[in-house]
Amino acid sequence: MDLEYSAAERAFREEVRAFIKTALPDDLRRRAGQTQHLDREDYLAWQRILHARGWGAPSWPVELGGTGWTPAQRHIFDEECAEAGAPPQLPFGLAMVGPVIATYGTEAQKARFLPRIVAGLDWWCQGYSEPGSGSDLASLKTRAETDGDDYVVNGHKIWTTQAHFADWMFCLVRTDGSGKPQDGITFLLIDMKTPGITVRPIISIDGAHSLNEVFFDNVRVPRDNRVGEEGRGWTYAKFLLGNERTSIAGVAASKKRLHRLKEIARAEFAGGRPLIENLPFRDRIAQAEIDLMALEFTNLRVLADESAGKGPGPEASLLKILGTNLQQAINELAVEALGYYANPYEALHDGDNRSPVGPVHAEGLMEAHLYFRAASIYGGSNEIQRNVIAKMVLGL
Amino acid sequence: MDFAYSEEQRMLADSVGRFARDVYSFENWRKLSDTEDGFDRANWARMAELGWLGACLPEEYGGLNGGGVEAMVIAEAFGRGLIQEPYMWTAIVGAGLVLAGGSAAQRTALLPAIAEGRLILSLASAEPQSRFDLNDVACSAKAEGGGYVLSGHKSVVFHAQSADRLIVAARTGGGQRDRDGISLFLVPAQADGLTRRDYRTTDRRRASDLTFYGVRLGPDALLGPPGGGLPLLEQAVDRGTAFACAEAVGAMAVLNEATLAYVKTRRQFGRAIGDFQVIQHRLVDMMAALEEARSLALVAAVRLDAPAPERARAVAAAKAKAGQSGRFVGQQAIQLHGGMGMTDELSVGHYYKRLMMLDVLFGNADHQRQRFAAMG
Ligand SMILES: Cc1cc2nc3c(=O)[nH]c(=O)nc-3n(C[C@H](O)[C@H](O)[C@H](O)COP(=O)(O)OP(=O)(O)OC[C@H]3O[C@@H](n4cnc5c(N)ncnc54)[C@H](O)[C@@H]3O)c2cc1C
Ligand SMILES: Cc1cc2nc3c(=O)[nH]c(=O)nc-3n(C[C@H](O)[C@H](O)[C@H](O)COP(=O)(O)OP(=O)(O)OC[C@H]3O[C@@H](n4cnc5c(N)ncnc54)[C@H](O)[C@@H]3O)c2cc1C
Repeated sequence: MDLEYSAAERAFREEVRAFIKTALPDDLRRRAGQTQHLDREDYLAWQRILHARGWGAPSWPVELGGTGWTPAQRHIFDEECAEAGAPPQLPFGLAMVGPVIATYGTEAQKARFLPRIVAGLDWWCQGYSEPGSGSDLASLKTRAETDGDDYVVNGHKIWTTQAHFADWMFCLVRTDGSGKPQDGITFLLIDMKTPGITVRPIISIDGAHSLNEVFFDNVRVPRDNRVGEEGRGWTYAKFLLGNERTSIAGVAASKKRLHRLKEIARAEFAGGRPLIENLPFRDRIAQAEIDLMALEFTNLRVLADESAGKGPGPEASLLKILGTNLQQAINELAVEALGYYANPYEALHDGDNRSPVGPVHAEGLMEAHLYFRAASIYGGSNEIQRNVIAKMVLGL
Repeated sequence: MDFAYSEEQRMLADSVGRFARDVYSFENWRKLSDTEDGFDRANWARMAELGWLGACLPEEYGGLNGGGVEAMVIAEAFGRGLIQEPYMWTAIVGAGLVLAGGSAAQRTALLPAIAEGRLILSLASAEPQSRFDLNDVACSAKAEGGGYVLSGHKSVVFHAQSADRLIVAARTGGGQRDRDGISLFLVPAQADGLTRRDYRTTDRRRASDLTFYGVRLGPDALLGPPGGGLPLLEQAVDRGTAFACAEAVGAMAVLNEATLAYVKTRRQFGRAIGDFQVIQHRLVDMMAALEEARSLALVAAVRLDAPAPERARAVAAAKAKAGQSGRFVGQQAIQLHGGMGMTDELSVGHYYKRLMMLDVLFGNADHQRQRFAAMG
């Protein structure tokens, strides 16, 4: 057992750091620090920069255009990107649909879709949830009926993150309603420009537009855009959820946010001293930092298992619960650090030449806190994750 | 011991409750919170008419002679309706300061005007470095030509843009964190040399940061003894804090009712999600959080006129609990509503924001626990 990085890994960290330092544009870094919801072009621009360096898909094998990195290298890369304030890489293609296509797709689908994901040319969105089917995803009702070489899709998806930016949606549809709900589900890739698709915005409590409803009215989808077999979509969806869970721990991003929290606590005052010397607040920061250490090494253990060929089991649900709890705790502390300056709520946008109200470090913190209340809801709620562990791991 | 409301208190609760329900439907709240002031002056006039603005003032100034319990009755309904009018700042904190510290002339000039709805007050005490410490005052008032010259910065002054007068805490002596040397001043909101940066708050109210560039005040601007303003301020802020606790109770009650109704109707896995024990237990915890906060809000309301240490201890306990319970209830209400809870369209998120801002107001749970511990 060895918890230290090797010389090669340390050199790798330097290489990544040096690259990001020159490659990440300042304005992009600034915007990424201000908001959870960048514009489409900001995300794609960063993806293209990484792609040009050959780092477009850190978690993919080399033959698919990935880096083939070890778990330790991926961890280092994530840390350096987060610490430098780079925008997150989009999960929908890289972490979600990409591995599904790579595992279950046809050669034609792989050739058509995978390179465009790595190159930052296509934006994907996840069409799973429906108004009546959230935690109980298998009850989904969006129908797809066969008509010649096409499926004809009718139905209604909801909470679709950034559907308004998307070129493509990976979508779960019902092709058979006769048996067990899990059995009649099919995994389709849908071009968002197809006639009959309507995207309607949902404003979330942070005042932003990232969520959408998506309506399908006789939308024709070529059968060639089905992944795997008809009626086996639930298997592919579960495979995807497993991948989603390991990336959801968010260790690197939480580390960065914790650093930021400490900077804020050094700059704010309580009792005439820096807030970071205030005993209750200090304790709470320490608690978050200890939780982060525990999460980091739990995550590394899971990643190590994964590279030893043991795919992420249901244990990975732990990472989702712990990771999102921690994200929420850090974001809440940051807002609490602001004292009365948690109150002002007017996002200043590029081109607004007024200085922000209150301390500069307050910018975007309340929005982040509010948005990340969703972290214990999306990706399978934390209650559902506990159910999964209780059933699958503990056998209850 | 008797926890029952008197007949008058019950009638007051009915009438404010009705106002919260009818006038402050969620749709109306949303519209109101988008207007320039962020509240409705017609509502203000109505509050005067119904006697609420003078509810806690002596009869000689046109008031109804109420105390902490009357304020609590009003506050709880205000919390239920997310009521936006600057009631607490004017009728509780402002009026309390004028009543306790004002000269006979100031009282006669200002208190009836408050009761009649002709005067809106706000309090400018916090500063960028002060966090929640009322004694941390860098803003200065220099005696000059019989009057004062006011300089410095004040943070997050609620409803300053709508106020007629501001009550400003400034130093006439002592060092930045000394208890002595703080004086209170009544400053016209449109005074020369006063600049405002107005903004919206997280809970859709209005506040401003203020800078005083040598604002000249007459000798009659002083409210209370020169250099001895802090005890007055502490007392008034304790009244405001007790009000905030009861407001939080009202907001939590709405969230608990809404969440209970939701888990009974929302179905997943072929049954109401309220059938799952995890959810049942969560709702029980939310109820416990509310009832604890309610008990302590009550204690604070009744002890408002007790001697300072007893009063402050009760208020600190109530506010610590209100902050803690409010965050828990708000977060769980969002969680149990799933994606719906994350939407701006639903009221749940707005109640959570209000509860968070009530936690911050006059000092969050950490601050109140420290205050409580220091009192032994
Ligand atoms: C910000 C955000 C982004 C999202 N992005 C996407 C996206 O891109 N694509 C997509 O398809 N979906 C997305 N979702 C949807 C998300 O996955 C669902 O909201 C989630 O699965 C919960 O479903 P629901 O909202 O219908 O809540 P419900 O399933 O109705 O749950 C309500 C509450 O009941 C609890 N509950 C339900 N069942 C049980 C049970 N058996 N035991 C105990 N508790 C239970 C839940 O934990 C929750 O607290 C997003 C959601 C949010 C908030
Ligand atoms: C966008 C999105 C992302 C998601 N991400 C994930 C994810 O990463 N991981 C994940 O596991 N799920 C995730 N889900 C939830 C997923 O949809 C399923 O709820 C979950 O995988 C269970 O699958 P199932 O329906 O086959 O299980 P089933 O065996 O049918 O059970 C359904 C769920 O209900 C619970 N349940 C059943 N009966 C009871 C009972 N009596 N009391 C309490 N609970 C009960 C089970 O434990 C289980 O969680 C996600 C959903 C969405 C919409």
